[in-house]
Amino acid sequence: MTLVSISGNLLFIAFICYLIATFFFGGAVRGSKTETSKFEKKWGRIGIVITVAGFISNLAYFITRWIAAGHAPVSNLFEFTTAFGMMLVGSFILIYFIYKTPLIGLFALPMAIIIIAYASMFPREITPLIPALKSYWLTIHVITAALGESILAISAVAGLIYLLKNVDLTKKSKQRFWLEIVMYTLVLTVGFVASTTTYKVMDYEATFSYVDKEQKAKEITYNAPAIFGMNEYKVLSSDKMIPLVETPAIVNAKKLTTVTWSLIFGTIIYGLLRLILRKSLSAFLQPFTRKANLQLMDEIGYRAVSIGFPVFTLGALIFAMIWAQEAWSRFWGWDPKEVWALITWLFYAAFLHLRLSRGWHGEKSAWLAVIGFIIIMFNLIAVNLIIAGLHSYA
Amino acid sequence: MNNIICACGHENPEGTVLCGNCGRPLTEEAENSKLVDMRYEGSARRSQTYNKTIIDKIWNFFSSVKVGITIILMIIVAAAIGTILPQVLYVPATTEADIAAYYERVYGTFGKIYNDLGLSDLFGSWWFQTLIGMLGISLVIASLDRVIPLYKSLKKQRIKRHESFMKRQRIFATGEDILGEDSFNISERKLKELRYKVKREDGALLAEKGRFSRWGPYVNHIGLIIFLFGVMLRALPGFYVDETMWIREGETRAIPEAPGYYLESKEFILETYENNQSNEVFSEAIDRVGTIVSNYQTNVVLFKNQENALPGQIDNLQQVKESSIQVNKPLKFDGYSVFQMDFRLNELKTMHFNLSNKSTGETLGALAIDLVNPEPLYDLGNGSSVELKGYYPDFSGFENGEPQTKSPVPNNPAFLVKMYTPNTPEGETSFVAIKQTVEPLGVNAYKLEFQNVETRDVSGLTIRKDESLWVLAIGGLIFMIGVAQGSYWNHRRIWLHKTNDGRLIVAAHTNKNWFGVKKELDIVTEVAHLPQYIDQHDLESEEFKKDGEKSS
Ligand code: HEM
Repeated sequence: MTLVSISGNLLFIAFICYLIATFFFGGAVRGSKTETSKFEKKWGRIGIVITVAGFISNLAYFITRWIAAGHAPVSNLFEFTTAFGMMLVGSFILIYFIYKTPLIGLFALPMAIIIIAYASMFPREITPLIPALKSYWLTIHVITAALGESILAISAVAGLIYLLKNVDLTKKSKQRFWLEIVMYTLVLTVGFVASTTTYKVMDYEATFSYVDKEQKAKEITYNAPAIFGMNEYKVLSSDKMIPLVETPAIVNAKKLTTVTWSLIFGTIIYGLLRLILRKSLSAFLQPFTRKANLQLMDEIGYRAVSIGFPVFTLGALIFAMIWAQEAWSRFWGWDPKEVWALITWLFYAAFLHLRLSRGWHGEKSAWLAVIGFIIIMFNLIAVNLIIAGLHSYA
Repeated sequence: MNNIICACGHENPEGTVLCGNCGRPLTEEAENSKLVDMRYEGSARRSQTYNKTIIDKIWNFFSSVKVGITIILMIIVAAAIGTILPQVLYVPATTEADIAAYYERVYGTFGKIYNDLGLSDLFGSWWFQTLIGMLGISLVIASLDRVIPLYKSLKKQRIKRHESFMKRQRIFATGEDILGEDSFNISERKLKELRYKVKREDGALLAEKGRFSRWGPYVNHIGLIIFLFGVMLRALPGFYVDETMWIREGETRAIPEAPGYYLESKEFILETYENNQSNEVFSEAIDRVGTIVSNYQTNVVLFKNQENALPGQIDNLQQVKESSIQVNKPLKFDGYSVFQMDFRLNELKTMHFNLSNKSTGETLGALAIDLVNPEPLYDLGNGSSVELKGYYPDFSGFENGEPQTKSPVPNNPAFLVKMYTPNTPEGETSFVAIKQTVEPLGVNAYKLEFQNVETRDVSGLTIRKDESLWVLAIGGLIFMIGVAQGSYWNHRRIWLHKTNDGRLIVAAHTNKNWFGVKKELDIVTEVAHLPQYIDQHDLESEEFKKDGEKSS
């Protein structure tokens, strides 16, 4: 077995551990009101032991891959996103040891599972570094930024729990609506994983020629049935689905197709879940949060932001500027990825000020934490996929 | 000024909410609220006190956090809009007309509107810069408005506070004094173990730690201001150099904006990952993507002019160092950095011709034309020579019979030559371009026969000097110190009083992380048998406690 495949197996073990640990955390918070907290403690303890075991395996994946590649495994979308998932678990472990809350694990681990699954949909081979990426500042920058983001993400987990418990789901309200939208969005990520996996298993491939926005003739291979065709496309593979709509040259129809399939699969999965559960996802999850202490969730949310904010600043702004200065000769260039890091940072600064000076505690603060996480994920997914800039090598 | 005199006899400046001495609420609002608002210790702030002159009004405007947050949100929205389409900087066009055409061609009507509104250069626009400026002003004023009164009131804190102050703290306890005098001694010992600074006076105890963390936000704001100041410095002449230069292999050129310095390019190197044994782990990626570049590099020699040399005099250069410039590894000297930014491969360097007789094919001699510095006359010996009458490095066709050149770069060189041989002493005129010969003045007996061409690579380098970097670095460092100081430490205080009727009252406050202070108070409560506190904010968990069930 090569080091690379050992590394892959370690990641798989970690993934399985996180799945199992989720069930134990679920068990820990499920106990009825009359049961003693001993039950909770026991299940919670098993849960955290399995989580830590998984995390160690995850770290081992990271280290072995680093050794195999000769550079830190944060250089393409798969590696970076996986590292983010790993650090999310690490941040959860940190918070668990401060606050001893299995409930956070019940929500943080599935989040990490989805993120790692999402990551593994991208090409997983080890890529050699292009010259611009050969910099230890880049390694430091990416690892610190991901760590900061993962700690900030814990505040969204606490916020989500807060909202699930606090929002009255029996009455129609804006809050109820948006909470369900958040749930639906999470399911869409699962939809992406499901659609990509389906077509990967089918080995689907269809090649088209097209004309790009600089009027050059190019070729492109889709890995899913083309819903949208590229500008002036011509089908090169036989027996494949013919695109329903042709798009103008500035649209990357392949990515648009991927997004659309994720939407379709995600919506179907969401629909099935609704049919099986016979209630909204928020209503399904609400009972798990029944024993949540809102005050504590609020506190954890704030604490995670105040721990994560300095780390994020250091990683996503300061180290990023040092690297940009060395690689691109300017520490700041208003590149979309840079701008979105700045937006994320300003958003959390606004969060802290609203909380400290305008007294935005509790539910408002919880919503802000969830929005912050959405911005982080936007930066991670959408800016990489949609808005292309210097950073979009992957 | 209308000072407020508290029941304890202390005189407080106008605008004070909590008496600086005993902590009694001084306003009706504070009196009626269940918990005191401990921000800035209830001290008087300028912005809350004066509102008469225009200066007061400006001050009050910018000191408001609401305004600060609004500015931040406006910057967020603007910045997000600025990422919808690429900014002009990243667009392959330079003139205004080209840029406008580019946006319209590639992005259609939306692109046109985007560019017309100036959103394509949003980050350089006056209004965006104004927003940043307002953020800076707001930072300064809001900080000054708060830090001074906060400093004063934390400095002159009394140990003994009024019961009405204690009762309105979020964490509060009252009850029987079980250990008598010992409850103070034991508490003090335990608190000191927990690294509190403990002060005592008759029947009162104040334990405090982490006060310096209160200065965190102000320190980080100072860091931000220094950073913004550094950014502004770059507008000053001489602080900031940003130049590009193209240098060909073998050339020596003056480095722009770096007087006295010259750079010679020895070689440009482009390397890719080979799909071989040593790169086995990468083979899958190389197979999928194709070529992946591993290195862009220019090997250079840096020279400096002699002290007393005239500007432009380059015959007596002194070598400073030999070096290689790679992406991520700039050449650094004397505050300048030279970066590997771009390249052109295989630019034509020298063209080789033979002068030959068209009918016999006999060759009279060879000549090599340097395409950057062509000579006016090439003497081939034995009475033959070629005179260069015109040189068109980037030939683009004829206009009114005149050959034209698009640029000074030798992409498509063409020559107007006069050829002299012993048989044609008057000379014959010929126009020679790649794959094309024109004989404008009648048929010639001789021709220039193209032999081969030498090429070389050109490196695109960027020269930077940024005297403001250290200001930015200091700003960043101070920001990090401040933000860590305010985030990783908290200001915790615990008050312990004995009332006149012999009860104990306990109160605690922290600026953040209540969980932490409660855990410490739990320890002290247990060893000193203090009355059990309640968290007046978290009545839910109090209920849970009563149910005998621990919350998750
Ligand atoms: C990008 C801009 C800014 C950043 C990164 C920033 C950062 C911070 C941070 C990290 C804190 C501490 C928060 C906490 O501990 O929870 C803070 C506090 C504060 N900031 Fe800012 N700030 C910024 C802009 C502003 C502006 C424009 C104002 C003006 C209105 C302002 C006023 C304050 C105030 C009044 C505090 C509270 C200080 C205290 O409670 O002692 N900040 N800031």
